[in-house]
Amino acid sequence: MNKKKLVMIGNGMAGVRTVEEILKLAPEQFDITIFGKEPHPNYNRIKLSTLLQGDTNFNDIIMNPLDWYEKNNINLYTGEAVTEINKEDKTVFTDRGRKVEYDELIIATGSNSIILPIQGAEKEGVTGFRDIDDCEKMIKVSGSYKKAAVIGGGLLGLEAARGLLNLGMEVKVIHLMADLMERQLDPTASGMLKKELEAQGMEFLMEKQTIEILGDDRVTGLRFKDGSEIDADLVVMAIGIRANNAVAKENGIYINRGIVVNDFMETNIPNVYAVGECAEHREIVYGLVAPLYEQGKVLAARLCGKENASYQGSVTGTGLKVSGVDLYSAGEIQDDETTKAIKVHNEFDGVYKKILIRDNKIVGIVLYGDTNDSTKLFRILSKKEDISGMTSVSLLQSENSGEEGENIAAMPDDELVCGCNGVTKGTIVEAIHTQGLTSVDQVSCCTNAGRSCGRCKGMVGRILSHTLGESFKADLQKISLCSCTTLSRDEVVAEIKEKGLTNIREVMNVLEWKNEEGCTKCRPALNYYLGMIYMDEYKDDRDSRLVNEKMHANIQKDGTYSVVPRMYGGVTTAEDLKKIGVVAEKYNVPLVKLTGGQRIGLFGVKKEDLPAIWEELGMPSGYAYGKTLRTVKTCVGAQFCRYGTQDSMSLGIRLEKKFERLDTPHKVKMGVSACPRNCAEAGIKDIGVVGIDGGWEMYVAGNGGVDLRAGDLLCTVKNEDEVMEMAGAYLQYYRETARYMERTSKWLDRVGLKKVQEVLADEQTRKSLNERMDKTLQKYIEPWNDAIEHEQILEKYYKVTEKN
Amino acid sequence: MIETMTRVAAARYSELAARSGKEVRIGDKRIALFKLTNGDVRVIENQSPHPKGGVLSEGLVSGEYVFCPVYDWKISLIDGKVQAPDTGQVKTYEVLIEDNQVYILL
Ligand code: SRM
Ligand SMILES: Cc1cc2nc3c(=O)[nH]c(=O)nc-3n(C[C@H](O)[C@H](O)[C@H](O)COP(=O)(O)OP(=O)(O)OC[C@H]3O[C@@H](n4cnc5c(N)ncnc54)[C@H](O)[C@@H]3O)c2cc1C
Ligand code: SF4
Ligand code: FES
Repeated sequence: MNKKKLVMIGNGMAGVRTVEEILKLAPEQFDITIFGKEPHPNYNRIKLSTLLQGDTNFNDIIMNPLDWYEKNNINLYTGEAVTEINKEDKTVFTDRGRKVEYDELIIATGSNSIILPIQGAEKEGVTGFRDIDDCEKMIKVSGSYKKAAVIGGGLLGLEAARGLLNLGMEVKVIHLMADLMERQLDPTASGMLKKELEAQGMEFLMEKQTIEILGDDRVTGLRFKDGSEIDADLVVMAIGIRANNAVAKENGIYINRGIVVNDFMETNIPNVYAVGECAEHREIVYGLVAPLYEQGKVLAARLCGKENASYQGSVTGTGLKVSGVDLYSAGEIQDDETTKAIKVHNEFDGVYKKILIRDNKIVGIVLYGDTNDSTKLFRILSKKEDISGMTSVSLLQSENSGEEGENIAAMPDDELVCGCNGVTKGTIVEAIHTQGLTSVDQVSCCTNAGRSCGRCKGMVGRILSHTLGESFKADLQKISLCSCTTLSRDEVVAEIKEKGLTNIREVMNVLEWKNEEGCTKCRPALNYYLGMIYMDEYKDDRDSRLVNEKMHANIQKDGTYSVVPRMYGGVTTAEDLKKIGVVAEKYNVPLVKLTGGQRIGLFGVKKEDLPAIWEELGMPSGYAYGKTLRTVKTCVGAQFCRYGTQDSMSLGIRLEKKFERLDTPHKVKMGVSACPRNCAEAGIKDIGVVGIDGGWEMYVAGNGGVDLRAGDLLCTVKNEDEVMEMAGAYLQYYRETARYMERTSKWLDRVGLKKVQEVLADEQTRKSLNERMDKTLQKYIEPWNDAIEHEQILEKYYKVTEKN
Repeated sequence: MIETMTRVAAARYSELAARSGKEVRIGDKRIALFKLTNGDVRVIENQSPHPKGGVLSEGLVSGEYVFCPVYDWKISLIDGKVQAPDTGQVKTYEVLIEDNQVYILL
């Protein structure tokens, strides 16, 4: 059979979604060719904001990887732009001189950033905010310059500004109007937003018109109409977008603001269609994915000969993807004589809600600080429901109040859950039932819910657990981080990276924690994950660590503490022993004991004596209390022992000095023996190294604790340097993939020795793991000394007030 | 019977760190002072009702609860009640804040 040739210009979100819909309806009908100007497969443009923050990488935002195109037999030409359409021959030409015939042609070329036509706009350091290229430019500039200016205080501008803050730049936002996001917010909400963003570190220049970009080749500053100037090393123009219809021009295709289409996305030329931001439907050009996806659906049905639906236009709602800001708006924004408003303004909690009503119907919504009502209100608005029977309280009652199960149960089937993809609760529930789905990712795959901006994922998860009932809930509890959330470790870590969440409070807010300030399970875990992800810039939250780590001493049952100083590799000196003796005597330490870790512990020390004891000892903390490297036990080895083949003491000391203080998911212990007699018990250590003739054997995942487990042989290496390299890579891989509080023995059983061996076999992988390890290790400072030197630490943690 | 209350100046309000506990010893009483995120100061006896005891001042503070640092019981700082599934109650004290001075009423 001769398939029809379908050609698409533009490899972006709306176009590729249209092709996905076509493949669903009629997988065999077309021979598909796609041209994309960017050198990438289709990616999630919405997520560029998070990419800019440096927390997601490009791979994470790809929506259709190259093998998707291959699997569906799509001819994809990336980095190649179509320059001309010949409607007579039904062919297109590209900038690489290619000529391709079509039977049906879709134009899905999106839009371009509007660049102000002012003097200096072409200078180096001036960019729009539209694609990966723009982001890379900004990230690069942030590496060597400090001052950024964002022109435009709308959605895009503010998201860019937030990203640049995260990149460590000073950010000024220049806005022409008196209010930020004036097209989505009324002055009250806009004021609240401005205050929050200022608190986050943005500076605003309002009602300023930029007239010139200063500098020679590179931008150095901006000049405004009022004559004032500012310095700037980077200028991001985020004043808006303009439909990109360059290829459609000069070809008799009718263009107004966009390429004009009818209710079936047909242009005035037969067999040529337009979809997405380049299209204009009933005089509207849309700039959000929800309406574009609706268009894609209609066009797919049209092309496949299923003609039931037509596109009637959309009402859209918007949010802002800046952490710490919760806002939503839809429909009309400003009050006028024909509208009545219900307003709630709780300044204390920073919540503002406004509903505009005309003729008993909701025509506008503005929510700031609490957007839980958004889906419900948006449904009432878009369905034009009569609200005369409802009280203002019932309208504004948050869906989160009351029993969660009841809320999900009470939610009508046609309520929109995923605004971006137009997926209703009913569709999700049906997919769960008919396809046996059990995870949010599976629901995303089958229904598209959650595949764009991702803000609906929490709700999808709740619907999932409600639909599957108790059995699923119990299951979910087991894998979720703790009872404050339904998300698992992997989901939380992915969300942190994807959304660029930078502190515990933000994680809990954005991921909708059930307990506002968490519990003893999640607080230490989040503190660990954040420190692991943001290797050097995360500010440790000491008060989210449990008592031992917070106090840098192990609490005992009567409220006293133990002090265990480092004794690298179990090797000590007469001088250190004397110091320990003197301190023990002076402070009446009740117990001095050799620990099971080859060092000396002082037990039963009063809290208020800790700093003085540390100071007099003048030795580093042995971290006998932490989720970190504890001890590296060694045997005497080749320096003295007649069987020793290697210098176990110096390797042990080297390991301990390198990895001490490192935060790990659970405690890590090491042992180094110089021959297989294994006097240092290396076979039951998290990492155990055993000297053999001409090298070292490395054992991993041994455990001498509750579940006794002998270590597995990971590899055999030739010298000390190789041990260090392998140990660094192994530990870092554990740090990046284990659940908090999962010891290496349990982790290895879960992940599999073979898998870990495979990962570590690659030299490049080992190298980058070690780079991240080394970067992390740089941030630690000696905690006992730190306490002694800082009055605030002493005051906050160790002082006890005495009164009579 | 008339009970007289003594007020003891225990701390300067501005010097207390939020989400953190502080031990105050008044005579032979051991008392734990907590400043919550919302700025309130709560005072309880620094002794867990757990059969094996333990101090509370070093516990992790979350909202209006403290988690016992030794056995992880969750205890309300408002009424001293131990949260389910565990049971018990810690003695609570009244607080008075005047001009940056925090007083405990005994
Ligand atoms: C001091 C010491 C016992 C001694 O007198 O020798 C000790 C003391 C404690 N161990 Fe241990 N362990 C000590 C060596 C060990 C060893 C032996 C070793 O390191 O070679 C083991 C078995 C080896 C292993 O971990 O694989 C050991 C397995 C445990 C476990 C069980 C771990 C497991 O995964 O099953 C716990 C409980 C835990 O960590 O959750 C534990 C927990 C504890 C704690 C921290 C319990 C607590 O949270 O209060 C004890 C603190 C007492 C205190 O007041 O400071 N301790 N503990 C040893 C300190 C070594 C050091 O210098 O740092
Ligand atoms: C930073 C940012 C944040 C956003 N946040 C949100 C959000 O939160 N919610 C939301 O709904 N929307 C958001 N959007 C908007 C959303 O990304 C767009 O509406 C959507 O990508 C439009 O899809 P499209 O296919 O029409 O255009 P695009 O995704 O831009 O795809 C068009 C593609 O066509 C290519 N092209 C152009 N001309 C040619 C040619 N001649 N030959 C070959 N290829 C060509 C372009 O290079 C481009 O790759 C955001 C956009 C940005 C930039
Ligand atoms: S392990 Fe071997 S080398 Fe080390 S002390 Fe024991 S016997 Fe000697
Ligand atoms: S609402 Fe954006 S992905 Fe669901």
